Amino acid sequence: MSSTDTMTKVFARPRSLTEKPFTYCPGCDHGLLTRILAGAIDKLGIQERTVIIAPVGCAVFAYEWFRCDGIQASHGRAAAVATGLKRANPDLIVISYQGDGDLAAIGTAETIHAANRGEAITVIFVNNQIYGMTGGQMAPTTLAGQRATSCPEGRDVRTMGHPLPVAEMIATLAAPAYVTRQSLHDPKHVAQATKAVEKALRYQVEGKGYSLVEVLSTCPTGWRMPPAVAHKHVADVVTGAFPLGDLVDRG
Amino acid sequence: MADRQLMTGNEAMAEAAIRAGCRTYFGYPITPQNEILEYMAAHLPRAGGTFLQAESEVAAINMCYGAAAAGVRTMTSSSSPGVSLKMEGISYLAGADLPCVILNVARGGPGLGNIAPAQGDYFQATKGGGHGDYRLIVLAPSTAQEAADLAGLAFDLSDQYRVPALILADGMLGQMMEPVALPPHRDPATLPPKPWALTGAKGRDPNYIASFALEPTVLRDLNVRRHARYREIEAREVRWEEVATADAEVLLVAYGTMGRIAKTVVRRGRERGIRVGLLRPITLWPFPYSPIRKLAERVRAVLTVELSAGQMWEDVRLAVEGRCATPFYGEMGGVVPTPSEILTEVMRHV
Ligand SMILES: Cc1ncc(C[n+]2csc(CCOP(=O)(O)OP(=O)(O)O)c2C)c(N)n1
Ligand code: SF4
Ligand SMILES: [Mg+2]
Repeated sequence: MSSTDTMTKVFARPRSLTEKPFTYCPGCDHGLLTRILAGAIDKLGIQERTVIIAPVGCAVFAYEWFRCDGIQASHGRAAAVATGLKRANPDLIVISYQGDGDLAAIGTAETIHAANRGEAITVIFVNNQIYGMTGGQMAPTTLAGQRATSCPEGRDVRTMGHPLPVAEMIATLAAPAYVTRQSLHDPKHVAQATKAVEKALRYQVEGKGYSLVEVLSTCPTGWRMPPAVAHKHVADVVTGAFPLGDLVDRG
Repeated sequence: MADRQLMTGNEAMAEAAIRAGCRTYFGYPITPQNEILEYMAAHLPRAGGTFLQAESEVAAINMCYGAAAAGVRTMTSSSSPGVSLKMEGISYLAGADLPCVILNVARGGPGLGNIAPAQGDYFQATKGGGHGDYRLIVLAPSTAQEAADLAGLAFDLSDQYRVPALILADGMLGQMMEPVALPPHRDPATLPPKPWALTGAKGRDPNYIASFALEPTVLRDLNVRRHARYREIEAREVRWEEVATADAEVLLVAYGTMGRIAKTVVRRGRERGIRVGLLRPITLWPFPYSPIRKLAERVRAVLTVELSAGQMWEDVRLAVEGRCATPFYGEMGGVVPTPSEILTEVMRHV
C-alpha cells in the first residue's frame, strides 16, 4: 500500500557510527543504547570533538564503532582515563561507556572520585545485572535471588551483598550536574532514555559538568531469556529493584 | 646560561619535567617521593598545566593514559608499592604505544618494606613488572643534576619511540640537595606533532587508541612492529659512564645511588694503588651489555654492587658470559654499604 515517494525515513544509521558491525548478541540492549548514543552525538553535532572510551566488557569494541576518536580503557578505569583526557584537553567531549562490573565493581573508586570532582564528562552506565562478556557471572547489580554462573543458587544477599544502587550513590555527591536512571524495555522508555543521553551530553557541551546516565539493560544470553521476555522482566522486576527517574538535575 | 639552583633530586626531576613541557601530572602521596607531588602541585598550574591528586596510583596511571592519548606530555611519580599498583596501567600504555614518564623513587621491600634507599625494583622496572611482552625505557640517575637531565631525556625518548619511560631513583637521591643546572623551558607548542593523538576527528579519519586485538596474527604483528622499535632503541640509546676503566683489574658495575658510592670506592682504591674501575649503567634498559662485555675481556673480575640481592647482577652475568669472574656484593632492606666495605670486597678480587 505504501509507495516509496510517500515514505519518510524513520530509521537510519546514525552518521557518527562507522560501518563496523556490532559484536553484541542479537536482541541485546547494548546495541540499542550504542545507537542511541550515536544519535545523540549526531543531534548535538559534536562528532568532531568527541572521544569515546570503551570499557572492558561486551562494549569493548565501542572505541572503533563511532566515527569519533576512540580509546579502550583497562577494566574499570574509564573514569580515570576520561579525567586524563578532559584535563589534558578541555575542548574534547569525553564519553565513557561502561558496564556494571566495570563501573560498579572493579572501577568503583574511579567512578565515585571522578563524579565527586565533577569531572566534565558523560558516563553511560549499562546496568544489565550481570557480567555479560565473561559468561554471565554475578555483578554488583545482580538482583537478590537472581541466578548467575557464579551464584548458581541465586544471589544470597547475606553473603554476597545487595544490588549496588549506583545512581543513588552518585546522587549523594555535591558535584554531579545530572544523575538519572533510565530503561529500554519499551518504546516510551527508549524515547525517555534517548532524551536523557542527549541532556547529559548537552550539559557537557554547556560546561555544566559531570553526568551519569544509568540504563537498565538486558542480557538475553546471560539471563537465558528471549529478548521480549527479558524486556518484560525489566518492566516487572528490575525496575522494582532499581527505580527509574532523575535523581539530580543541576542544569 | 643555564639556571642554577640548589635542589633535591625529587625537586630537580619535577622542575625538569615542567621545563621539558610536561603539562599534566597525576600522583598519589607516598614517601620518599612526596616532594615531587607537592612541587607539581605548586608549580605545574603556574606553567599552565594540570596537577591532580588522584584517588590511587591505579587511577593516576590511568589518568596519564588518558592525557597521553590526548597528545599532552604527562608524568606520574610514586615509590615501590605504588609503582606495583601502576603495573597494569603501564602494560596498557606500552600496548597502546603511548608515551608517558613514570618516576619510581624506590624504597625497601617487598611489601610495605621501609622508606630507606633500595634497588629491589630493578626486575620490575626492566623485565616487565606488568603483563605481556613489553619494554620500558629505564633511566637511572645518580645525582640531582643527572636526575634533572634524565627527566628531560625521558620525555624526549618516550615521545620519539612511543614507549613509556621510567626513571628508577631511590630515597637517598630523591632527598639529597645539590646544585643543579636546569635546562631552558620548552614550549609544548614547539614539540614534534603527534598526529595519532585524540584531538577530535575533525578533517581527518578517527584515531583509535587501544592495546586490544582479538585476532592473534594482528596482535602478533603489532608486537613485532613494537619490538622492531625496541631493537632500534637498543642500537641507539644505550648510555653508561666509565671511570678509570683503561687499566682496571677489577671492574665495579653499579647504578644510581650505588653507582655514586662506587665512584668514591674507585677514588679511594686508586689512592691506595688498587686498579679498580667503574662502569655505571645510565640506561638500565637498554642495558649496556656490550661495553661490559668488552671490559670483561681484560679485567680479572666484574664485581656487581647493588642495594638488592642481585638483580642487575643477572644482566651483568649475561654480558660477561663467563669471560671472567662475576662476584656480587649487596645489601638489602635499605641498608647502604660504606665505601670501605666495598673496597674490602674489591681487594678480595685483585
Ligand atoms: C583486570 C581485569 N579483570 C578481569 C577481566 C575480565 N573481564 C572482562 S569483561 C568483565 C566483566 C564485564 O562485565 P560488565 O562490566 O558488567 O560488562 P558487560 O559485559 O555486562 O557489558 C571481566 C570481569 C579483565 N579483562 N581485566
Ligand atoms: S553477553 Fe549479554 S550483554 Fe553481552 S552482548 Fe550478549 S546479550 Fe549483550
Ligand atoms: Mg554487565
